[in-house]
Amino acid sequence: MLEFIKQPWAWYVAGALIGLTVPTLLILGNKTFGISSSLRHICAACFPSNISYFKYNWKKEAWNLFFVAGVLIGAMIASTFLKDPNAFVVAEKTKAVLQQNNVKDFSHIAPTDIFSWESILTLRGFIFIVLGGFLVGFGTRYAGGCTSGHSIMGLSNLQLPSLIATICFMTGGIFFTWFVLPLILNF
Amino acid sequence: MTNNNITKEVSDEFKSVAEINSTKEFSLVKNLKFLLVGIFFGIIFVKAEIISWFRIQEMFRFDSFHMYGVIGTAVVVGVISVFIIKRFKIKTISGDDIKIEPKTFNKGQIYGGLIFGFGWALTGACPGPLFAQIGSGLTVVIVTFLSAVFGTWMYGYLKDKLPH
Repeated sequence: MLEFIKQPWAWYVAGALIGLTVPTLLILGNKTFGISSSLRHICAACFPSNISYFKYNWKKEAWNLFFVAGVLIGAMIASTFLKDPNAFVVAEKTKAVLQQNNVKDFSHIAPTDIFSWESILTLRGFIFIVLGGFLVGFGTRYAGGCTSGHSIMGLSNLQLPSLIATICFMTGGIFFTWFVLPLILNF
Repeated sequence: MTNNNITKEVSDEFKSVAEINSTKEFSLVKNLKFLLVGIFFGIIFVKAEIISWFRIQEMFRFDSFHMYGVIGTAVVVGVISVFIIKRFKIKTISGDDIKIEPKTFNKGQIYGGLIFGFGWALTGACPGPLFAQIGSGLTVVIVTFLSAVFGTWMYGYLKDKLPH
């Protein structure tokens, strides 16, 4: 059984379980699934700076902070006790393109030649780690949600704004991957 | 005079009730279930390799079906679940009606959506996987996370000046 769980999970298993989070949170307490809001609550709790967008009772949304703390703990548990003993597999075509663009490490969840403490001070590392994070935080709040709030929760409730947001997430990501990443990867 | 005192007492009482409620909002007991759902979710994120930068690259490069399958299945299961909840008027465990706020359209979903897309391609992570990447030991992502908090703050700071 444990051996079975340790294998990478199939898309339909993971997808179904993620989809079930939507009714679980609704039934547990009328909570709508959404993760990027946690970043707003953190700002409201720690640096409200008299900005009206951060003046609300964030304690009422505390559940969301417990939820993301859970995600962190769950990831710790899975990567400690349920680790897949086999090597991580990357699609051949993606691997070939990345290799051409100076990515060397394919054995971790992210290329450690980009995502490491040593590389933050290089231009390439700074763009991926620091600028990338900034765009994720800024963009998700500007869009009013992320993959969970719009693409899963919003689409589950058949919301047109969420479909538009999802199309833009994908368009932005595809454009950036094909036309901008090859330049940055070679910095 | 007496009347005023009574009103003051009543309002004080309300205040203390409100205070008790707000401390309760943060109690571990009340939020334990959400912590557990989060833990479960973090495990799925790791085991389905959604937290992998490479899986996101494969998705944007159309070299793997995995992420499309994950998100697609999640949406189908979500749509069916919400339909069942609405159709059978299922209530929460505390007996309340389930309400889902509709989303309203503004141009932020386009501009912000594209900006998030750029960030997603760079970091290989949406906000959920950021937490999971840190949990799975990629500690440098703490910097990415702090930067995302700063990006969120910057949005709040500039909100009124941005097109919506």
